[in-house]
Amino acid sequence: MFAYLVKRLILMIPLFFGITLISFIVMHLAPGSPTDLQTQMNPKVSVEAIQRLRAFYGLDKPVHVQYLIWLKRLVKLDFGNSFSPDNRKVVDKISERIPITIIINLLSLFLILLVAIPIGVLSATHKNSLFDKFTTVFVFIGFAMPTFWLALLLMILFGVQLGWLPISGLKSLGYMPSSYLLIFLDRVKHLILPVLLSAFGGLAGFSRYVRSNMLEVIQQDYIKTARAKGLPERQVVYHHALRNALLPVITILGLSVPGLIGGSVIFETIFAIPGMGQLFYGSVMARDYPVIMGILVIGAFLTLLGNLVADISYSLADPRIRNN
Amino acid sequence: MYEHGLWAESFRRLRKDRLAVSGGILVIFLFICSFLAPLLAPYDPGEINVREVISPPSLKHPMGTDQLGRDVLSRVIWGSRISLKVGFVAVGIAIVIGAFLGAISGYYGGWIDTLIMRFVDVMLCFPTFFLILAVIALLEPSIWNIMVVIGVTGWMGVARLVRAEFLSLREREFVLAARALGSSDLRIIFLHILPNALAPVLVSATLGVSGAILTESALSFLGIGVQPPTPSWGNILTAGKDNIEIAWWLSLYPGFAILFTVLAYNLLGEGLRDALDPRLKV
Repeated sequence: MFAYLVKRLILMIPLFFGITLISFIVMHLAPGSPTDLQTQMNPKVSVEAIQRLRAFYGLDKPVHVQYLIWLKRLVKLDFGNSFSPDNRKVVDKISERIPITIIINLLSLFLILLVAIPIGVLSATHKNSLFDKFTTVFVFIGFAMPTFWLALLLMILFGVQLGWLPISGLKSLGYMPSSYLLIFLDRVKHLILPVLLSAFGGLAGFSRYVRSNMLEVIQQDYIKTARAKGLPERQVVYHHALRNALLPVITILGLSVPGLIGGSVIFETIFAIPGMGQLFYGSVMARDYPVIMGILVIGAFLTLLGNLVADISYSLADPRIRNN
Repeated sequence: MYEHGLWAESFRRLRKDRLAVSGGILVIFLFICSFLAPLLAPYDPGEINVREVISPPSLKHPMGTDQLGRDVLSRVIWGSRISLKVGFVAVGIAIVIGAFLGAISGYYGGWIDTLIMRFVDVMLCFPTFFLILAVIALLEPSIWNIMVVIGVTGWMGVARLVRAEFLSLREREFVLAARALGSSDLRIIFLHILPNALAPVLVSATLGVSGAILTESALSFLGIGVQPPTPSWGNILTAGKDNIEIAWWLSLYPGFAILFTVLAYNLLGEGLRDALDPRLKV
C-alpha cells in the first residue's frame, strides 16, 4: 500500500509541471505581453499595478526565466496581488472563497451517490420494467438539460411563484434570528437549490453508470455461484453484486471533480453565492489576471487531488489493484 | 451480412432505431430552421418596439417579447444559427486536433505516445469551463473565439479514442501490406488506418456537438459568449434572469430550444453508436 502511494505521488509530479506550464502559456497567449493587454483594455488599472505585474513575471527577462520566477512564487502560493481596488493578495482572496464551494460540491456529490445508486441498482435488477424505462427517459433529459436553465425555472417556481425558497445569497438580509438553530435552518434553505442543481448534472450520468455496471456484474460467474448455493436474491444483489459494481464508480467520482468545480461558476453566479466560482466570474469580467491565473491553477490542483483520493480509495477497496 | 459494407449495414440498423430516427429528424428540422431563418421568423429579431416591452405570449407574439419589445420567437429561430455554427465548428476543430494527435500517438508509440498522452492527462486536469473562461478573458468574447476555445479544450476524448483504434489497427495485415508496398508513414496513417478508425469518432463528434451547444449557451448566458444584439439561446435566457420576477416566458422557451437540440444530437449519437457497433449495446 505504501509503495503504491509513493508511486502514485511520483506520477503526479509531471502532471504538476504540465499544469503550471499550460497555465503559464495561457497567460502569455494574449497578443503582446499581459501588461500591454491590461493598459489597452482596462483603463481602471493604475500604472503601479502594471509595474507590479511586470515585476511579477519579470517581463524583461527571457520566457523560460519568467516561467521559473513564476513557478518559484507559485510553490510559495504567491500569486501576486489582485488588480481590483482592494489590491489584496490573490491567495487570501481565493482561500476565503474556497470553503463554501467545496461544501456545496461535497454535499452534491453525497446527494448524487444517495440517489443515483438505488436508481441504478433498481433499474438494473428490474431491466425493461416501467421504472427502468422511466429512468432511461430521465437520464436522456438529464444529459440534455442546461443546468442554468433548470436553475432559472426552479427559481421562478419555488422562489417567485410559490415563495418557498430564497433565490440568492447564503443568508437572509436583515434576518436576526434568536437561536443558532434558526440561523442553521436559514442557511439550509439557501443551500437547497444550489446543491440540488449542482447534483442534477451528475445524477443522470451516475445512475446510468451504476446501471450498466450492475448489468455487467450480474452476468458474472460468482453471482451464479451465489444464486446456486441458495442465497436470497436480496443478498446476492446488495452484497455480492453491488459491491463489485460500485468499484469503478470511485474512479468516475474522481473524474467528475473538474466538471463539478467548473459548474460552480454557473450556479454560484446565478444564486449569488460568494464562492470560488463567483470570484472567478467576477475576475473574468474585470480582467483581474492575477486572480484568474490563481484560480485556474488551484482548480487544476483540486482536480489532481480528487483523482489522487479516488485512486487511493480504489486501492483500499480493491485488493487486486494494490497488490499489482 | 457484410456484403453491404460497414456504413450501409449500420445505416440499415440506424433506420430501425426509432429514437435515433426521431433525433435525426429533429436535427434536420433545426438545419432547416437556421437556413430559412429569414423566411420563418415572423419579425426582424433585432426590431425594437417600445410599445410592446415585456408582453406575455399572445397570437401576435407566440413566445412573447423581451425587455426591448423584440419578438422572442424570431430571436429563438435566429438563435438556432448560432448553436449550429458553434456545434459544428467547435467539434470540427476538436476532431482535427484529436484525430491528428491520437493517430500519431497510437501509430508511433514509444516516447511520442507517452508525451502526447501525458499532455492529454494534464489538459484533463483543468476544469474545462475554467480554462475556457480564462482564455475568453484574455481574448475578446466573440462567437469565433468561443468556437476555437471550445474546440481547443475539447479534443482529448477524441485523441484517446483514435489512439486506442490505432493501437489495434496498426498490427493488421492491410497495414503490413501497405508498408510492404513502400507506402510512407503519413500515407499509412491518414489513408489506410484513419478511415478505419472513423466510426467511434463519428459517434463522439455527434455527442460533442451537443456538449459544445451546452457550453456556448452557458457562456452566452453568463454574458461572455455571443454578444448582444446577436440573438443566441443563452443570451435570451440572460434577459430571462434579469426579468425573472415579471417575465417567465423569456426563461422558458429558449431553454426548450436548447434542451430539444441537445436531446436530438444525443439520441442520434447513441443510435449511431449502437448501429456502428451492435456488440456494445447494453
